[in-house]
Amino acid sequence: MYELKIDEKTCETCPTFDCLVRCQYIDIDKDTAKTEMKKMISGEDSFVLHDCVTCYACEEYCKRGNHPFYLITDLQEERGILPMPKPLKTQFVNISVPTRRDIIQFYGAEEPVISLCLFPQYTRLFSEEKLFEELSIIIGRYFFCHLMYLHSGNPSLIRERLPKIIDNIANHGFKEVIFFHDECYSTLTSYTTAYSIEVPFKPIHFNEYLYNKLKDQQTKIQPLNAKVAFQRNCSARLTPNVEDFVDDIFNLIGAERVERQYDRENALCCGGIIRGQQRYDLFVDVQTRNVDDMLNAGVEYCVFQCPACFDSLSEKVAEKGIKPIMMHDLCLLAIQGSDK
Amino acid sequence: MQSIYKSLTKIVDEEFVSNQKEELYIYSQDPGMMEPHEPDFVVMPKTTEEVQEIVKLANKEKIPIVPVGGSLSLSGLVIPHQGGIVVDLRRMDQVLEVNEESRYIVFEAGLTTGKLKAYLEKYHPLLRFSIPDAPPSATVVGNIVIHGQGRLTQQYGFNSDMVTGMEVVLPTGEVCKIGSGSVSPYWFSLAPLPDLAGLFLGWFGTTGIITKMGLKLYPKKKLRDIEVFAVEDPNLVPDVIQRVTHTEMSEDIFTGAQPYPPVFKDIIMIGILLTGDSKEELEFKRKMIWDALQCHIDSKEGGFMMMTPDVKQDLLEMPTSSTTRFADVKKGGGFEYCGPIIPVEKFPEAFTRLLEITKKYGITFGNAGRVIGRSHSMMFSFGYPFNRADPENIERTKNALHDTNVASLDIGGVPWKPEVPAQKMIMEKMDKSTLELMQRIKKVLDPNGIMNPGNWEVE
Amino acid sequence: MMYDYADQIHRCFKCGYCKFSNNYTDFNCPSYNRFRFESYSTGGRLWLIWAWSKGEIEWSEHLANIVFSCAACRNCVEQCPMRFNEDIVDWIIGARSDMVEKGLIPASVGEFLDNIHKYGNPWGMPRNERDIWAEGINRYTIDDDNEYLFYVGCVGSYEKQGQQMAKSVADFLRTTGVSFGILGSDEDCDGNEVLFTGEKGLFRELADKNIEKFKELNVKKIITLSPHAYNSMKNKYGGLGEIKVYHYTQVFSEIINSNNIELSDLNIKVTYHDPCFLGRYNSIYEPPREIIKGIPGVELIEMERTRENSFCCGGGSGNFVFDLLGRSSNSPSRIRVREAYETGAELLIVSCPSCYCMLEEAIKTEGLEEKLMIKDISELVIESIKNK
Repeated sequence: MYELKIDEKTCETCPTFDCLVRCQYIDIDKDTAKTEMKKMISGEDSFVLHDCVTCYACEEYCKRGNHPFYLITDLQEERGILPMPKPLKTQFVNISVPTRRDIIQFYGAEEPVISLCLFPQYTRLFSEEKLFEELSIIIGRYFFCHLMYLHSGNPSLIRERLPKIIDNIANHGFKEVIFFHDECYSTLTSYTTAYSIEVPFKPIHFNEYLYNKLKDQQTKIQPLNAKVAFQRNCSARLTPNVEDFVDDIFNLIGAERVERQYDRENALCCGGIIRGQQRYDLFVDVQTRNVDDMLNAGVEYCVFQCPACFDSLSEKVAEKGIKPIMMHDLCLLAIQGSDK
Repeated sequence: MQSIYKSLTKIVDEEFVSNQKEELYIYSQDPGMMEPHEPDFVVMPKTTEEVQEIVKLANKEKIPIVPVGGSLSLSGLVIPHQGGIVVDLRRMDQVLEVNEESRYIVFEAGLTTGKLKAYLEKYHPLLRFSIPDAPPSATVVGNIVIHGQGRLTQQYGFNSDMVTGMEVVLPTGEVCKIGSGSVSPYWFSLAPLPDLAGLFLGWFGTTGIITKMGLKLYPKKKLRDIEVFAVEDPNLVPDVIQRVTHTEMSEDIFTGAQPYPPVFKDIIMIGILLTGDSKEELEFKRKMIWDALQCHIDSKEGGFMMMTPDVKQDLLEMPTSSTTRFADVKKGGGFEYCGPIIPVEKFPEAFTRLLEITKKYGITFGNAGRVIGRSHSMMFSFGYPFNRADPENIERTKNALHDTNVASLDIGGVPWKPEVPAQKMIMEKMDKSTLELMQRIKKVLDPNGIMNPGNWEVE
Repeated sequence: MMYDYADQIHRCFKCGYCKFSNNYTDFNCPSYNRFRFESYSTGGRLWLIWAWSKGEIEWSEHLANIVFSCAACRNCVEQCPMRFNEDIVDWIIGARSDMVEKGLIPASVGEFLDNIHKYGNPWGMPRNERDIWAEGINRYTIDDDNEYLFYVGCVGSYEKQGQQMAKSVADFLRTTGVSFGILGSDEDCDGNEVLFTGEKGLFRELADKNIEKFKELNVKKIITLSPHAYNSMKNKYGGLGEIKVYHYTQVFSEIINSNNIELSDLNIKVTYHDPCFLGRYNSIYEPPREIIKGIPGVELIEMERTRENSFCCGGGSGNFVFDLLGRSSNSPSRIRVREAYETGAELLIVSCPSCYCMLEEAIKTEGLEEKLMIKDISELVIESIKNK
């Protein structure tokens, strides 16, 4: 089956071991990091496997193209280490089992096409909003990327189900598909590459599409002149180059991504998964530090890329007087004015 | 019959008396699956005096009389099995008094839970009552006379435990006050008098018609939130309930299990509601509850669910419309359930029986349980959606309901608001002296057997 | 249009949400409020229709009264928690259609439909009296370069309150320099009520006739007096092509602003009644309020039941003529004017000619003439303009 491409030598010769040293949730020095990585590469147990919050960040910290995070998740499964409780894992497994509604949603899309993953709440946006009216929608469990199993300790399920999902999309004859959910895009670029899974169409990140759309309508844009914080989501760590589109979009719409401690590579998790791992104190601590950092930066908006991050952090952000908003809504604000 | 119609129109404004087919049809059934039976008249009185005159008429003519609230028990408790007069009490829906200091309310018997909720929110925002999961059209008294439960049941017991007084029209036409209101102008308590309220609670209108009620109100906190603890193994549920009730930190504790949608499949959810007047209070309570369940978290057997805001909203809603929506699961417009009151430790057994019965009959299910008191007992519902337009499906569901009643009694529980066949099962199992006492009480109060006949009746 | 109900209607659980307003402050179903028997609630009605459709109960005049007493106000659609909520009114229309087809309808409904069929209005009034109110108002012709066709409708043409409204809307358009014309005696019923009473054939006939007329006259934009006409043209006609339809409350604010119309201070407390066919059917809640709030010195006090939650006057789907909900202190129009009076407002503002008739009548019956005035928005605006 699909094997992870990881190079032992590359890791051994690493001068930094940033993958673990820079981890925001496990306090670890370079020597320990080296020892633990060695153990893991040899398939042995490590405390890292037990303490990992599955934030994906080590995948970005490794500048040498190895895949420390994918290694961790594979080992967790191999060794039966559960990052989250059994009933939640069961929920994760069941959530992607197709229902009758998914069958109805299987047909009917034509290029240009956008995949909305499992977020039906945005169907209306993409079918009614003028900016996106050219797009046809694919949605539902037959198009679901399954990357979430990196959080629940059963990543083999991704490899088991993903090829079928890719077939489902490819069988429609699509050459290019825009992915609304960052996680889907990362799956079909980073994860598939690491495991040598073929993707016979071109995945386009929603931000790239959004940027081009805005560029076309640049004359209609009323700059927001607002300071914003950007909440990076976990899968953004798998495809950091896409981050450029975020900055370009912000530039176009007059949003200033204020420098702050917990942005870019130092971003903190939204907290959702940490709560799901039942680490309540850590969850509270991470959210509090993150939102306080936004407050100190004096931002007006907290901009979310991922609907799941929005669900887990928006209430806390709003409580502190910062407006939580999805990336596309911020762009629509710049195009249609603040009364929208 | 025409003379009775005429007599009724002399008691109640003619436009609120009907003997027309359409009203008789509608009042012949409830949304459950018990066999319908038409009344001869439907009448909607406005005052206790009118109720009294109707009862006197029925007693004189020896014709059955059935008091009706929202008709939502689903167990056919207000189906007029022997015809007669249906008394729809919903025109009597005034709030008569709210005592903020002593935290009680006095109201008329036709007041709906929806309207009472709205009334308190508007005029007494610091007070609340135990809102049941029934639709807002259920009447407060209707819910209480069947020993209903609500959002405050884990804290304060059955909703019927919250009664402070009543006004009742006896089957022979006398109007009686029960509780402190019989001695004093204040309806604050049933104690310290002999507890006569028990003569009317749980009797399904077979001993008299309640026309007014006094009820305890409780402090309403500013904030509400919910945590849902999920497990896969039903054997863990009693322990989880024990640990959470021990903290005394939650408002309401309920259980839920259903095979659909897939995200809820194969797990049992224990909903734990929290209230607080400040964020600090809320967070303190939340932390206490998380700590209380740490052992189940450590074993990885249980965990607090991740919820989207709309799921949370659904679970916090009062009354919760998702309970009602269960009727449309199969696009069939109906659901039936048996909700026995069981000892908490019997949860695993009840759950196993539920799975066995649904498998046997090839039907889907929804389980909703509610902890009563600090784990003093719980309601465990075996809920089955059915298709009103499919007689075969109805038959299967009826059989499942029968098996469920048997199972409920088997495991040591008592079916809640039992339909007539289940009442018979209960009475068969009941201590004979107790049964005789029940029948004697009924005979004394209702010598002509006019009150909701067919219910709590030995053949 | 799908009005099939027979294989769906059993899905109603009769849970009773449909009776309420959104926060359960009150019952909000007009016919349930009027009669209080469960049979007159939406749930009861649907159960009776199902029973009739499967032969469990026979047709009777009483059954027909129950079915036709629904004012189609859409409150039940708003409140029903089930996934089929959007279909409820269509199911009722479906049953009415069956009754119409079989000739099994209340006599008053039959007369209503007959009159529209024969005379183009529900009262059987002569066609040539349709523009009796419209002295000095131009006919819309293909030769004139009129911006709007002002579609007046039956209530606006024949009923006293409707005529008052029609005059003041026309007066407003004239005063503000907007070019328009009416169809006068060539105008036909818009058919909204015909559709809602289940006479689908007659509705289609009326709609086609109207569409043809509009196209012949090369109409580009229509202003309707009645929200009912607005609803049928906007949502039910089909085939209007590029012709744009507006209710007059949608164009007033813009006309006032773009023409710099000065408005005088009226110093009055008012309340506003949302008509169902503007509000719940078409989500037009703000434009009327913008007009009201734009008049200096007008203080708008909302009733408890407002917007999506508004309590219908009881005149919907033909009931403003055959009035199956009337003759009681529990008639919806009487309940509604009592509610309006309780706000402390001196003036009840309406934006629908049917509501105007229903509520003015109710004010008289309730003996509130000295305490609560009633006016249409256009009358208020005209008053404010003329005072200047």
